[in-house]
Amino acid sequence: MAILTQVSRREFLKVTAVTGAGLTLAVSVQGCGPQGEGEAATASSPPVFLPNAFVRVAEDGSVIVVAKHLEMGQGSYTGLATIVAEELDADWTKVRVEGAPADASKYNNTLFGPVQATGGSSAMANSYQQHRVAGATARAMLVAAAAAEWGVDAAGLTTENSVVTNPATGKRLGYGRLARAAAALPVPENVPLKDPASFRLIGRSAPRVDAKAKSTGKAVFTQDFTLPGMVTAVVAHPPRFGATVKSFDATAAKAVPGVKDVVQIPTGVAVLADGFWAAQQGRQALRVEWDESKAFRGSTPELFAQYRTLAAKPGLVARKDGNAAANLGRGKAVEAVYEVPFLAHACMEPMNCVVQLSADKCEIWNGEQFQTPDQMAVAALTGLKPEQVSITMLYAGGSFGRRANPRSDYVLEAVSIAKAIQGRAPVKMVWTREDDTRAGWFRPMYVHHVKASVDGSGKVGAWQHRVVGQSIMKGSPFEGFIQKGIDPTSVEGVTDTGYGIPHFQVELHPTDLPVPIQWWRSVGHTHTAFVMETMMDELAAAAGQDPVAFREAHLGNSPRHLAVLKLAAEKAGWGTPLPDGRARGVAVHQSFGSFVAEVAEVSVENGKPKVHRVVAAVDCGLAINPDNITMQVQSAVAYGLSALLTGDITLKDGVVEQANFDTYPVLRITDMPVVEVHILPSAEPPTGIGEPGTPPIAPAVANALFHLTGKRVRKLPVVV
Amino acid sequence: MIELTINGKRQSVDVAPDTPLLWVIRDSLGMTGTKYGCGMALCGACTVHLDGEAVRSCSTPVSAASGKRITTIEGLSADGSHKVQQAWVAEQVPQCGYCQSGQIMQAAALLAKTPKPSDAEIDAAMAGNVCRCGTYQRIRAAIHRAAVA
Repeated sequence: MAILTQVSRREFLKVTAVTGAGLTLAVSVQGCGPQGEGEAATASSPPVFLPNAFVRVAEDGSVIVVAKHLEMGQGSYTGLATIVAEELDADWTKVRVEGAPADASKYNNTLFGPVQATGGSSAMANSYQQHRVAGATARAMLVAAAAAEWGVDAAGLTTENSVVTNPATGKRLGYGRLARAAAALPVPENVPLKDPASFRLIGRSAPRVDAKAKSTGKAVFTQDFTLPGMVTAVVAHPPRFGATVKSFDATAAKAVPGVKDVVQIPTGVAVLADGFWAAQQGRQALRVEWDESKAFRGSTPELFAQYRTLAAKPGLVARKDGNAAANLGRGKAVEAVYEVPFLAHACMEPMNCVVQLSADKCEIWNGEQFQTPDQMAVAALTGLKPEQVSITMLYAGGSFGRRANPRSDYVLEAVSIAKAIQGRAPVKMVWTREDDTRAGWFRPMYVHHVKASVDGSGKVGAWQHRVVGQSIMKGSPFEGFIQKGIDPTSVEGVTDTGYGIPHFQVELHPTDLPVPIQWWRSVGHTHTAFVMETMMDELAAAAGQDPVAFREAHLGNSPRHLAVLKLAAEKAGWGTPLPDGRARGVAVHQSFGSFVAEVAEVSVENGKPKVHRVVAAVDCGLAINPDNITMQVQSAVAYGLSALLTGDITLKDGVVEQANFDTYPVLRITDMPVVEVHILPSAEPPTGIGEPGTPPIAPAVANALFHLTGKRVRKLPVVV
Repeated sequence: MIELTINGKRQSVDVAPDTPLLWVIRDSLGMTGTKYGCGMALCGACTVHLDGEAVRSCSTPVSAASGKRITTIEGLSADGSHKVQQAWVAEQVPQCGYCQSGQIMQAAALLAKTPKPSDAEIDAAMAGNVCRCGTYQRIRAAIHRAAVA
């Protein structure tokens, strides 16, 4: 259900949720001819055949796929290249990937309208048809070039591994040899696509295109990018959200060898130096007096108390089926309040950005996830036009949503520094780990209040659910998504539950806090799946039923939920004995159009949960790269486990109490369970896999812990 | 001037002796395979070898590295042919990849001392190296693979 409309002022995004099935894939491959597309400059031989925005072929036979989506670990480069190479019949060993420039006219996310961006686990979903057409069109032109050379009908020719063959004569011509001739041909329209039954790469786990570069230290991240004359900037940020610079004394900072300049910017004071260490030393020597008259001084315990008070009152209605309130009294009722904290993304690569600013352009090098919003924000800051803002997309050392900032926070900070020095030198802004943890842009804290009851038939008859928390989209370019006060990212995963519940009401209390927040791997599902799936477990217990069977009884209208649940339970040996001290817990959840069930095997060791094994079953439509799906679910489980076990950003008198991995611990190898991933065969259009493995892990582990301890987990991170 | 031997090559750098080795490697010498992750020896992204021992270059003053053999990811092999690197590719370990230079250097140091590590030995040796993509399961598999290579 994708959707695009006109760009209109700030509401340039009018996209219905990607969640759900039935993606409309608008295909628009711009046949832009061989001119003016020189970004493949690093090819060993320059590409000569450029039939569309996504494929280039050089005379040495290299095939370059231009990736419109950020590679932040999720395998987008490999997936996009796989789709193109499949229809092109390219030799996979000759395929390279380059990041696309910022140009939404060619590289927009077809699910986000006229916007170039990576997010919502949409890379495969929005590119599948588009990239098949791109590859098939290029192939048709290469075949036509061979047919012309041989003077035969193109229809009789075959292709495999970057070679066109005439079966009648046994003659063969490689794509490199044909590239120049193909470039002279018209771009055909409506080229037929392969029958999926004949796929050779899709479904076969093509190896990652970036594995070697990332095993040799050669992959270039923003942190690694340099320009001649570049200076490194480190920024002194205020200690509290909402504070500003009152005054500063740069005398000592400027005395540090290597420090070049100290400048005030809207978000603090930047120290510019030759290299990071001098800049960091300069920042330590810098004295800043902050104006904290408007600073936020809230503390986490009191914020939760306020949220709990709100949760006891009716909120804005996000969904209403039947009459939940009137039916809650029938049968066994369960009522629970849940609390989840702010979470930092804690990407391995802290935020950073390289900027070169001149009178008529702003050039940016970045692990770029949000080209169009960042272009517009930078244009507004600099007075340039969006098209004068160029962005080179580098590898990102993780993101988990962080680099898709709805306000372009760190990109604007870097550009502000370049602006403050009037573009005299290229600037690499580098945040330390502490800067990164304390900057905000957290997964919001939430309180949920749920009342539900099991009726005489042993099924859930009524469910009333209140969510309290900040809106991610309010005040951002995405505000247009908010309908009647409901930010869908606050309630997704509840409002679109797969469970059939006759009396079902969802309410929301949007809160206003000056703590910057944003999406975090799986967005609203990070907390809604935890609440839905632990509550379903409580209700199963109240009904005296097995947790898997109880869920199955409510999933009659959602065969895809049901299928992954059954598969995960079967593969995990649900119901079979476990060693003493271990228990299983289950959860099933749909996010971003993909269905994931997870069964966790858990014990308690030294007063802490220990997760030994996780069995996951996944339905993400057609599996473009099964091994990458496995990787992403393993990754998503690890990311969700971090949050469950230790993820906790707290405020004390407005100050973020965590700073580095000592105070914000993350999952280490010692706590990594074995994760087995089972993929349901599917011919449905591909959906996402970067995020959907995260939501079920917290409730699966929490439900297992209940069986071990007899206590329900209603607050994260978990304490046993 | 401080004299260093990095990846078999003699280098002199004009930096203060307390400058962390990480920033000398990255900013003074322009070798960017070694990463900054935390600056406090908490994540292992900056791991290099000093005389074959895995150390956190972010918390090692450059003066402490003088007179020792420094090996970075660039020097582990010229072409990615070290058995740990080959195992990393074969097991498809890297995702975002940012921590992997450090993981590989840590794993190579482990295997040099313990050629056939158990899972428990792997976990103990690798516990200081954080991967936010959660590639740990494949890191274990790749170390086992390299151990028999």
